[in-house]
Amino acid sequence: MSKAVPQSVTQLIEAFSRLPGVGPKTASRLTYYLLRAPDEMTQTLAAALVDLKTKTRYCSVCFNITEDDPCPICADSGRDATQVVVVEEPLDVLAVERTGAYQGRYHVLHGAISPVEGIGPEDLKIRELVERVQKEGVLEVIVATNPGMEGDATAMYLQRQLAPTGVKTTRLARGLPTGGDLEYVDSITLLRALQGRHEI
Amino acid sequence: MPSHERSFRTPAVILRRQDFGEADRLLVVLTPGHGKLRAIAKGARKPAARKTGHVELFALVDMLISRGRELHIVAQAETREPFLPLREDLVRGTYANHLVELLDRFTADQDTGRAEFDLLVSALGWLCTDADPRLVARYYELALLALAGFAPSLHQCAVGQESLEPQDQFFSPPDGGAICPEHRAGLERGTPLSLNALKALRYMQTRPWEAARVLNLNGPLHLELERVMLAYITYILEQRLQSVEFLKRLRREER
Ligand SMILES: [Zn+2]
Ligand SMILES: [Zn+2]
Repeated sequence: MSKAVPQSVTQLIEAFSRLPGVGPKTASRLTYYLLRAPDEMTQTLAAALVDLKTKTRYCSVCFNITEDDPCPICADSGRDATQVVVVEEPLDVLAVERTGAYQGRYHVLHGAISPVEGIGPEDLKIRELVERVQKEGVLEVIVATNPGMEGDATAMYLQRQLAPTGVKTTRLARGLPTGGDLEYVDSITLLRALQGRHEI
Repeated sequence: MPSHERSFRTPAVILRRQDFGEADRLLVVLTPGHGKLRAIAKGARKPAARKTGHVELFALVDMLISRGRELHIVAQAETREPFLPLREDLVRGTYANHLVELLDRFTADQDTGRAEFDLLVSALGWLCTDADPRLVARYYELALLALAGFAPSLHQCAVGQESLEPQDQFFSPPDGGAICPEHRAGLERGTPLSLNALKALRYMQTRPWEAARVLNLNGPLHLELERVMLAYITYILEQRLQSVEFLKRLRREER
């Protein structure tokens, strides 16, 4: 970058370009936008970024990202503690919540099994799920991992791990197109998949 | 290689994929004519991505690839063979991970030829039949080692070069194959290799798959073959094999 651009500007452009989906052009546009924006706007943004890392943690029950432990969903006594939807990522919790049709709880694995990438069960919150099922009187585990090789392998592995506990284990109905991410499934398709889940 | 065309059509096996940007995926694919390529599949994480389809791991896909300055772009993709049984059986699926992992490690980006591509596509197909996946893995390992120039010596002693007698031998990764008890004496390396294991390896190394697939080996012999082959491969690659760890875990938990 040219010497005419101050260090503090290039620094932010570079920081933005490291974000997913942001190219160098977008990074420059955002930076120059902020340069012209009111002070309070940049201060709010800076504070929000700091809070993001200092105030959030994993919920000790479901491992979703939360500010309070346990998270609002785990703490809500109105939600059915006998049903647990298992997802790969925190964003998938939001996708299921958007359907408005699910009243149970969640468990976030933080990934999916992929031997070729060196990601095994010990890298995911699987042991924690099995312990939770044993301790908390869970009656049904609904596996909502992404359709596809890694999500399918994770679902099959979970089924093997959960079988000795006697819990009913179901998988979202097919009809979810394979290869797509849950995050991008529209609510209606996801709702149908939730209603049409089958035992594995 | 027709390197001046802006785009080209090719069959490809998806070796690896990772999320990239907003809704794209970065793919590593194996092609028969262009070796291993990295390409972006736009919008591949969205279920409605029609044109690029759902580029699923380990599937055989017909692709139209546009050359980019840094990365290629998948302009079109149509699955020719999804190898569905690999997605419905945890053990067979994990063996598929093992085959792909080996291919990925044994080949640099450009030097992979049609033979490796054909071998991988064949072996993924064998895993989808009722053949013993352990046999598929060992047969594939021997074939891949041969293509990479590391075929183990199984007929002559790898130290003294004399023909091996029909008796129990040793296998020494640093020497590149079987060694006889006499030459092994005094060496610190090599592990026991039973006569039956030696025979099975020779058979698989020289016969077509259709002949090898009906081999009926007992459990301990399968374990011995796995131990010998993985020790040799790990020695060559100087790396631990990741899929194998998961296979062993599944086996442990099975008991
Ligand atoms: Zn929680
Ligand atoms: Zn010898």
